[in-house]
Amino acid sequence: MKKMFVILFMFIIAAQVSLAQYKIGDEAIDFNLKNIDGKMVKMADFAEAKGFVVVFTCNHCPWSKLYEDRIVELDKEFAAKGFPVIAINSNDPEAYPEDDFESMKIRAAEKGFTFPYLVDETSGLAKTYGATKTPHIFLLRKENAQFIVKYMGAIDDNPKDAKGVSKKYLANAIYDLLAGRDVETKETKAIGCSIKYRGEAE
Amino acid sequence: MKKILFLSYLWIFSVQLNIMAQEVPLIIWPQMEQLLTKQNDTTYVVNFWATWCRPCIAELPYFEQLNKNYKSEKLKVILVSLDFDVELEQRLKPFLNKRGIQSEVYLLNEPDANTWINKVSPDWSGAIPATVIYRGNDYSFYEKSFQYKELDSLVNIKLKN
Repeated sequence: MKKMFVILFMFIIAAQVSLAQYKIGDEAIDFNLKNIDGKMVKMADFAEAKGFVVVFTCNHCPWSKLYEDRIVELDKEFAAKGFPVIAINSNDPEAYPEDDFESMKIRAAEKGFTFPYLVDETSGLAKTYGATKTPHIFLLRKENAQFIVKYMGAIDDNPKDAKGVSKKYLANAIYDLLAGRDVETKETKAIGCSIKYRGEAE
Repeated sequence: MKKILFLSYLWIFSVQLNIMAQEVPLIIWPQMEQLLTKQNDTTYVVNFWATWCRPCIAELPYFEQLNKNYKSEKLKVILVSLDFDVELEQRLKPFLNKRGIQSEVYLLNEPDANTWINKVSPDWSGAIPATVIYRGNDYSFYEKSFQYKELDSLVNIKLKN
């Protein structure tokens, strides 16, 4: 009986850990994931970067598609200012065939991605970061070789219509960092497609 | 006799029309909030979904089944679509008709979800499907996909409380 309780307790702890999400101010782990060009990419490779816009996204999700052009624009503006985009696909291609590696290459070429588009082959990175949906943003700033979470959540306040955006949550957070200010809005939420982690039953 | 046949034909036709013409009110947050805060002895099952969300569509039949199986009980299923307003006529309504959806459907037209997601539940990251099951102040939130059995047992707990 005691043993059962211990096992149950361990299970509860494990469940909580797997659901944990980074909080603002946490150190985000670096990764080493395969890019669509076949090369491995990690944040430490970008010696000049002041930080990163880590975007959990994918091919199949309509809300990701609505943001593809905006993500390309963000990279164009902010890579030069030290905050390049790194896009990561953590979805299980068993559930979504159009999220497989070959389709990622095709989609990136079609949309003219100017940034790495990495495959999270175990979905482990999404779980560690606490990315639950696409698109899901983590804005990181490099501080003494650590990557600190400064903003999480949405890109802006209008998925449907880029022209109708009134609050550029992510861009404003980067402007705050570039100006040496505290990020005013540190966390936002948006609707998105839930990430189907690999190796999990339906 | 002929007249009766004609009348019954009319009746059947109008019933069919009723089934086919699913009303989908466009609502904004204040109306949504009302749907989540009804203070009576009915158990409400409120599912957030969209036609483009595959796991949502996969579980829709379970909510429909719930709606059907608990017709005689104090239970109400409400489907809240997060499709865009511009897709109401072209996409959402044909989808509902094709599948013969009988539960109440609303389209929540509030693009800046950051203003309302936390009000549904601070535990909600924004991923769909997501479901609220509540009766009065007994309010539970789930960010997950359901099978019928689990949904059924959660509803039963609320009904018996």
